[in-house]
Amino acid sequence: MQRLLVCLKRVVDYNVRVRLKPDGSGVILDGIKMSINPFDEIALEEALRIKERGQAQEIVVVSLGTSESQQQLRTGLAMGADRAILVETADQLAPLTVARALRVLVERESPDLVLLGKQAIDADNNQTAQMLAALWERPQATFVSEFTVEGNRATAVREVDAGLEVIEIDLPAVVSTDLRLNEPRYVKLPDIMKAKKKPLDTITLADLGVEADAQFEITHTGPPPERDKGIMVRDVAALVAKLRSRGLVDG
Amino acid sequence: MVSALLVAEHDGRDLNPSTARCVTCAASFASDAVDVVVFADRGQAVAEQAAALIGVRNVLLVERPENAQPLAAVLAPQVAALAADYSHVLGPSTTFGKDLMPRVAALLGVGQLSDIMAAETPYRFERPIYAGNAIVNVEADAQTKLVATVRTASYALAGTDGSARIEARTLEVDLPEHTRYVELRSDLDASRPDLQSAARVVSGGRGLGSAENFDLVYALADALGAAVGASRAAVDAGYVANDLQVGQTGKIIAPELYVAVGISGAIQHLTGIKDARTIVAINKDEEAPIFDVADIGLVADLFTAVPELIEALKK
Ligand SMILES: Cc1cc2nc3c(=O)[nH]c(=O)nc-3n(C[C@H](O)[C@H](O)[C@H](O)COP(=O)(O)OP(=O)(O)OC[C@H]3O[C@@H](n4cnc5c(N)ncnc54)[C@H](O)[C@@H]3O)c2cc1C
Ligand SMILES: Nc1ncnc2c1ncn2[C@@H]1O[C@H](COP(=O)(O)O)[C@@H](O)[C@H]1O
Repeated sequence: MQRLLVCLKRVVDYNVRVRLKPDGSGVILDGIKMSINPFDEIALEEALRIKERGQAQEIVVVSLGTSESQQQLRTGLAMGADRAILVETADQLAPLTVARALRVLVERESPDLVLLGKQAIDADNNQTAQMLAALWERPQATFVSEFTVEGNRATAVREVDAGLEVIEIDLPAVVSTDLRLNEPRYVKLPDIMKAKKKPLDTITLADLGVEADAQFEITHTGPPPERDKGIMVRDVAALVAKLRSRGLVDG
Repeated sequence: MVSALLVAEHDGRDLNPSTARCVTCAASFASDAVDVVVFADRGQAVAEQAAALIGVRNVLLVERPENAQPLAAVLAPQVAALAADYSHVLGPSTTFGKDLMPRVAALLGVGQLSDIMAAETPYRFERPIYAGNAIVNVEADAQTKLVATVRTASYALAGTDGSARIEARTLEVDLPEHTRYVELRSDLDASRPDLQSAARVVSGGRGLGSAENFDLVYALADALGAAVGASRAAVDAGYVANDLQVGQTGKIIAPELYVAVGISGAIQHLTGIKDARTIVAINKDEEAPIFDVADIGLVADLFTAVPELIEALKK
């Protein structure tokens, strides 16, 4: 394969417990630690391993977001990607818009594989890979936990509700990653220095001829319903008594 | 006029309960105009199960050898072809629906709404973001076809003494051959209750320490007549298979009783159990965040508490 395209979204770090703005207008992002979406890090790791096996020549990382997404792209370059493209935009883009932009980039870059995360852990949409595959009229292997390339085909093991589904796809194709696909490497300091010299191009949505889709509008962001405060029991006998008195177990 | 098409999920023999939950969601805003489509190689039996769901108007049965397996690339153009007659096209937010519905939406040139948990009107919905730590109200453009997935844990099963009409359909749609099904590897134990629909679930975490020790979780599940689940750490450590994972990236469940054994209660895990009626936690660390959501908490070593609990339940 010649080229692999990997999507890296900048999201609130998965260890952060998000807090909401009291006026219902969204989550508080000021001063919050931001990271590469964990699934995207896995996508990049997989691409790096494919390249290290000699099955690909070049890895391009892409992000759509504000100029701050450069941080995540630089981290991607430090992990081992060859160059980066930032599609700069102030808006939170809908998956359809991201997929349309990626579709144009795919036309320009002709990748053999596009690797994305199965979901961005901010909006938890789980859509972009499937949409890109539809627009590109190519195969999709979603929720992948094992991936092997052989010539112009690949075999993917997918994590589905019933177990593991194995499919075979022709390339080029779109892959979305699940957590067990691999464990991403840590970035080493010298690599961060080297990454500064790697190319990072910035373009806009308009350059790609794509407009932001506005089908859905978020009118309010609020907290989930609270659960009632629970109780602590001293021992197993007390636990069983509680379960029985609440009718949760037989007897 | 509001009308909804639901894509049925099934394994060739049985309709998945997720479909009956989608019917409840669709009926809440498209009252008497809810159709279900069954794609199958031979789907009469599944179509009959769908026809029995209360709230369903028509069942469309699209039989074709290519439909023997649920490949999104194969099903999506067929769903898109049927979509013209409906204002809403819905699927469950199971791995089946999540794989398929965004592909359908993009073929139709529209966006997709994920994980509907409540519908206020046919175009106003609630859905979770940030692993359920926030709920957003979403307003969808009423002039645009709405493709969505339904968070099945938010809806009850539709009743089953309905009698919808079953209509065979032939679709003139070219299907891609670039995606081929190979096999399903499953060690689902059919003798145990299904994790996604069970009334009681016992889950084990890293605290179990090994695959052998996980037998304790199975034994407690047996004593309770419960399904077995697990945290991601337990799956990653190889104690159990991936299909038992509960949480943001596993299954979202809503049992009457959820018992968490040796699970710390990371937010990604809690996402999967927020709708459980009663959460019981057994953990030796009194600081474990699982106790913040537990209705009944017991600080104890699971290796003594769980065997005691099993004994006590037998009495
Ligand atoms: C993007 C992303 C998605 C994720 N998705 C999921 C998901 O879907 N589901 C999920 O579960 N996780 C998910 N995780 C992982 C999650 O963050 C936690 O790492 C995981 O849930 C921890 O599992 P655990 O509670 O079993 O293990 P630990 O956090 O290690 O907790 C083990 C617990 O066992 C207790 N314990 C140990 N020994 C005993 C004993 N003898 N008796 C009693 N108690 C004992 C300890 O006190 C501890 O609280 C995800 C993570 C990321 C980054
Ligand atoms: N703004 C973005 N920039 C880069 N990649 C993105 C962006 N939005 C979505 N993606 C990719 O699409 C995947 C799925 O996102 P989503 O469909 O939003 O859950 C993510 O894991 C990323 O790989």
